[in-house]
This record gives sequence, C-alpha cells and structure tokens, in this order.
Amino acid sequence: MNFSVVTSQFWSLALQGLALGLIYALVSLGYTMVYGVLRLINFANSEVFMFGTFATLYIEVHFLGYDIGAPSLHGFKLVYTLAFALLASMLACAILAILVEFVAYRRLRARGANRLASLISAIGVSIFLLEGMRIITISRPMTTPRLLDKWSFGEFHGANFRIDTVITIIAPIIIFVVLDQFVNRSRLGKSIRAVSMSEENSKLMGININRVITLTFCIGGLTTGAAAFLYTTVYENTIFNVGFNMGIAAFTAAVLGGIGNLRGAFYGGIALGMLEQFASAMLGSQWKAVTVFTVLVVVLLFKPNGLFGEAVQQTRT
Amino acid sequence: MANLTRFNLRDKGADIWAGWSRPVRTIFVLSMIVLVGLLPYAASWGPTSFLNTPITSFQNVLVYPVGMFILMALGLNIVVGKSGLLDLGYVAFFAIGAYTQGILSTLYGWNTWEIMPFGIGFAMVAGVILGLPALRLRGDYLAIITLGFGEIIRIVAINLSITGGPNGIPGIPNPPSIFGLKFDLMHPQIYFWLVVVMILLVVWMVRRFTVRRPGRAWEAIRQDEDVAALMGVNTLIYKLWSFVIGAAVGGAAGVLYASKVAVISPDMFKFDVSILILACVVFGGIGNIWGVIMGAAILAYLPERIRFISEARQLVFGAVLILMMNMRPDGLLPRKKREKITEKRAI
Repeated sequence: MNFSVVTSQFWSLALQGLALGLIYALVSLGYTMVYGVLRLINFANSEVFMFGTFATLYIEVHFLGYDIGAPSLHGFKLVYTLAFALLASMLACAILAILVEFVAYRRLRARGANRLASLISAIGVSIFLLEGMRIITISRPMTTPRLLDKWSFGEFHGANFRIDTVITIIAPIIIFVVLDQFVNRSRLGKSIRAVSMSEENSKLMGININRVITLTFCIGGLTTGAAAFLYTTVYENTIFNVGFNMGIAAFTAAVLGGIGNLRGAFYGGIALGMLEQFASAMLGSQWKAVTVFTVLVVVLLFKPNGLFGEAVQQTRT
Repeated sequence: MANLTRFNLRDKGADIWAGWSRPVRTIFVLSMIVLVGLLPYAASWGPTSFLNTPITSFQNVLVYPVGMFILMALGLNIVVGKSGLLDLGYVAFFAIGAYTQGILSTLYGWNTWEIMPFGIGFAMVAGVILGLPALRLRGDYLAIITLGFGEIIRIVAINLSITGGPNGIPGIPNPPSIFGLKFDLMHPQIYFWLVVVMILLVVWMVRRFTVRRPGRAWEAIRQDEDVAALMGVNTLIYKLWSFVIGAAVGGAAGVLYASKVAVISPDMFKFDVSILILACVVFGGIGNIWGVIMGAAILAYLPERIRFISEARQLVFGAVLILMMNMRPDGLLPRKKREKITEKRAI
C-alpha cells in the first residue's frame, strides 16, 4: 500500500483516470444502449472496438497514405485529417455493429429464442471477428502513425495537459451531450426509450421495433468507433486482442453506472477510469482488476441497480 | 408456437426409452458403457480411424479436452441449465481444483486421491464466498461478477509466489495406480476411463437431484424466481446450492486435470475456457444432460479434428457457433417440452 502516491500525484492520476474513463464510457454505450432495448449483453462489442482501432489504422496508413514515420501534421490539415479518421472509424464500427445485429440477433429474436442462445451466437461472432483479425495481422501488434504532435498546454500540480489527453476528455463529453439530447428530445430517441420500457406496447403504438434496434446498435457502434479512434490516437498501437480488456472494462463501467442508463454509462466510465488509475498507483497495476471487481461487488450489494440505477425500473422477465 | 411442433430429437429418444422394459434398458446402458470404454481404441481400428486427430493423439484428446469439457459442462449445466443462473467465470473453480492439486502435491507430497476431497472442498468454499453476495443480484449482474471472479483467480495465481507466478507449477505427480491400472503419460486411456467414471457419477447425481426437492426448487427458480419465492422456496439457499454443486464438479475436474498434465500455469485458466464451456452447454441443449454431453463432445473434439486448417480452426469454430444457434436456438437436444419456459414476449 502506497498512499503517499495519491497525495503527491493526485492531479496527474485524476487527469489520466478521467481520460481513460471517458474512453471506457464511450465503449460502454455499446453495451448499455443495446441492453436497454434488448435486455441482452452485446458480447461482440469488444470486437467492434478492436475493428475500430484497425479501421483507424487502415484509413490513416493506406487510405490517407501516412506511413509510420511520417512527420506530424499541423494546422488545418491536422484538423481535417483527424476528423476524417474519426468519422471513418465511427462509420466502420456502426456498419459492423449493424451487421452483428443482423447475423447474431435478428433471426433468433424473430423466433423467440432464449436469451442464452443470442449470447452464444454473439460470442460466436466475437470469436469469428477476433480470429479473423488475428489471421489477417498474423498476431502482430501494429503501430499507428503519430499524426498529432503531442505538445502540452501546461501543467497543473504535476498533471500534464497534453493535447491528446485534452481531446480525449472533450470529445466524449461532446458526444455524450449530443447523444443525451438525441435520446431525450428527438422522435427516434423517444422511440428508443419506449422500446426499452415495453417492447409490446411500443409495437402497439406503431413503432418499428426492428428499426429501433438497428438504430441502437448503430449508435453503440458510432460511439465505440469514436472510442477506438481516441484510443489509437493516445496509445498509437493496436493488436488483435485489444478489445478483450477494453470490453470487460467497458461492461463493468456500464454495470457500475447502472446498465441501460445513458448517464450511468458516463459516470460509471469515469468512476472506473479513476478507480483503475488510483488502484494501480496504490497497489501496483497487477491488482488493478481485482480492486475494480471488488468495488463493483460492494457497490452492487448496496445499490443493486448500479450507482445511477437503471433507466427503467423493471424486473427482467 | 411453431417452435414446439418442430421435430425434437430429445423427445423422440425419451419415447423410445419409455417403451423399453427394464432388462432391455439395462442391456442398452451396459452396452453403451462398454462402447464408450472402447472409444480410446477407435482411432486405431480400421472403420473408425477417420476419428483420429492429426496433431495430438486421439487418446489424449479424449481426456482433455473432450472428457474434461463434458465433466465441466455437466457441472456448469447445474448452474446455468437447472437453476438458470448465468455464470461466466466457471473456469475459476477448475483453476482452484487444479492449483489445490498442484500446491498440495508438490509441497506436501499428497497424492491425487487424498487431494481430491480438498480440491472439491476448496472449490465449494469459493462457490459460497462468491455466491453469497453475487446470488442476491439478478441475472446479468451475476454474469459480470462471476466473470470478474474468474479473472481475479487468474490474476491472483499470476501474482502469488506459492502458485509459481506466471510460470505456474511444474512437476505435479500423476495419480498413484489403483486396481493395477497405472496412470502415466503412456496410458491416456486409463485417465479416460477415470473421467468416464466421474462423468457417470455426476450424471447420476444430477438425475437424483432433478427428481428431488432441490431439482424442483431449481426448476421453479428458473421459470420464475418471484413466484418460486412466493410459493415458499428459499431461493437464495437453493441458488447457492446449485452454484456450490456446480463448483464442486469444476474443482474435481481441476484436480484430475492438474495431475494429468503435470504442469499448470495461469494461462490455462483464461476467460476463453469459461466461454467455451458455456458454449458447450448452450450448444448441446441447456438443461438436458445428454444434450450437454453431446454438445461438449462435439465442441471439444471439433477444433482438434480440424487442426489441419490450423490457422483458421477457431474462425470455423466461431462460424459453427453462429450457424448452430441460428438453426437450432434450443441446442442439439433441447430439454423436454414441458420444461421449456414459455416466452413472455408476444411474437
């Protein structure tokens, strides 16, 4: 136990935790949105994230033509290159997420199959994507070009406000505000909430259930794609099994905040990111996962619906 | 429901079984056991030699993964199939059994038969420790907590010195011989017979439970927990029991596995194994013993058989899972019609 680290590096750890937590939060949307309408764990979302990191890599290297050692970009060119890569990654992930829904969930849902059957078919998709990428990349980790020169805005009590950290904090907040407004204000968002309350009743109200479900997978894919882009920008490398730990962390974040709840995913992600950073600093990074799960169990014991509760207070049938 | 009128292999089999008299049943069961006992020799006998596996020898494949997976799938089936609790960290109990064997045999020189009750006991204690807080939560939260537990056991094994850290424990002795049957590297078929005996014991145990009070309680909990509680079933206790019994089977499998392979390391107890065993259960038919055995046998054997496409075999495995679940969502041999939960969704 090393408590002095917490006081001496508090701001640095908090900043890193916040940035990491917001990436978790974006990925956990892929779980929480789908859980909200289908009451199913979207197991393949971790591989959607993995696909997103490779999509970013592919776009930067093969589509835009920046090699690994390419000099960093500046000014307007930097902005539109990054924006293009971000949008492309989001789009690729959204398309993949919709495909996952088509392959793993749609037919089973139409037949009224049990929940575990969907879970296993989603796991099948997950294995398929993971192994496919492993074969394509021959199990090698890959480095992405450093397009963004990592200059710092300055320090605050040891916390280094580097440009990529700042982007990783600002971008998810913007995405969350937009998404929150979309779900709460727009007509489509209203139909998503309706389906998550009661599928049968929303069907009676004339809502096209299949379209709503596709839309939720699409939104989950978009945010996961954004997270994948941010991840590659910060860490500058990826490997075929990058999705596994990210998937577990993001799912934990979703549960911590209250699965099915949009704002819960946001706060759950931040809480988890902070927790991981402080736990690694205090106990050593090898005990990170143990701390996280212990905290999760304790939280769930006292707040069985997660920190912020579920969007809809109903027992699963 | 179109689903219920579809051809159901399991019901067909049950009808044939019901039509037989007692001596016919006995003869059938005995001949089946003999057939299974002869399985290790199937690869070297002409007509069935197509079963042979290319890389690992067929007899070894029969022990691990096939036999072990069947054993663990039967254990997990008590948790997932009988009482409907989603456990994503079943490998933890397997690991506890294996590490019990590893530590007690290398440090204290105990033999496998002496360690077996301890391995089972530790796994059960772990089941209680995990189950008491986790089983108060509902479905999907249980999934994430069990998943976390599986990871925690692995991380602890990596970071402790008594478990040998990431290198694991080498030099675990094989079980001492019983009835003149020697357990060593050269005779995998002996292990296979031992696994078959354990499988038969578990099958017998599960069948006894199913027709008695715990089985009825599990059935009620699986169909509707609230109603079960209203009818006076102590749901927490019975859920805990199914969890602990499942853990015991996993622990027993772990003890045997460690003494078979002689070297264990944390890498062997990854999340993938939990998922694979869950896949065995669902693939074969949740809740139905024969389905689970069949599913586990196929899913364990298939990747070994198709090793000639070595790079792509996991890819094919994933595709098989997707296809199978889409074609037969209730598994190869679904549970009895009357045991099926009628879906509350209006479709």
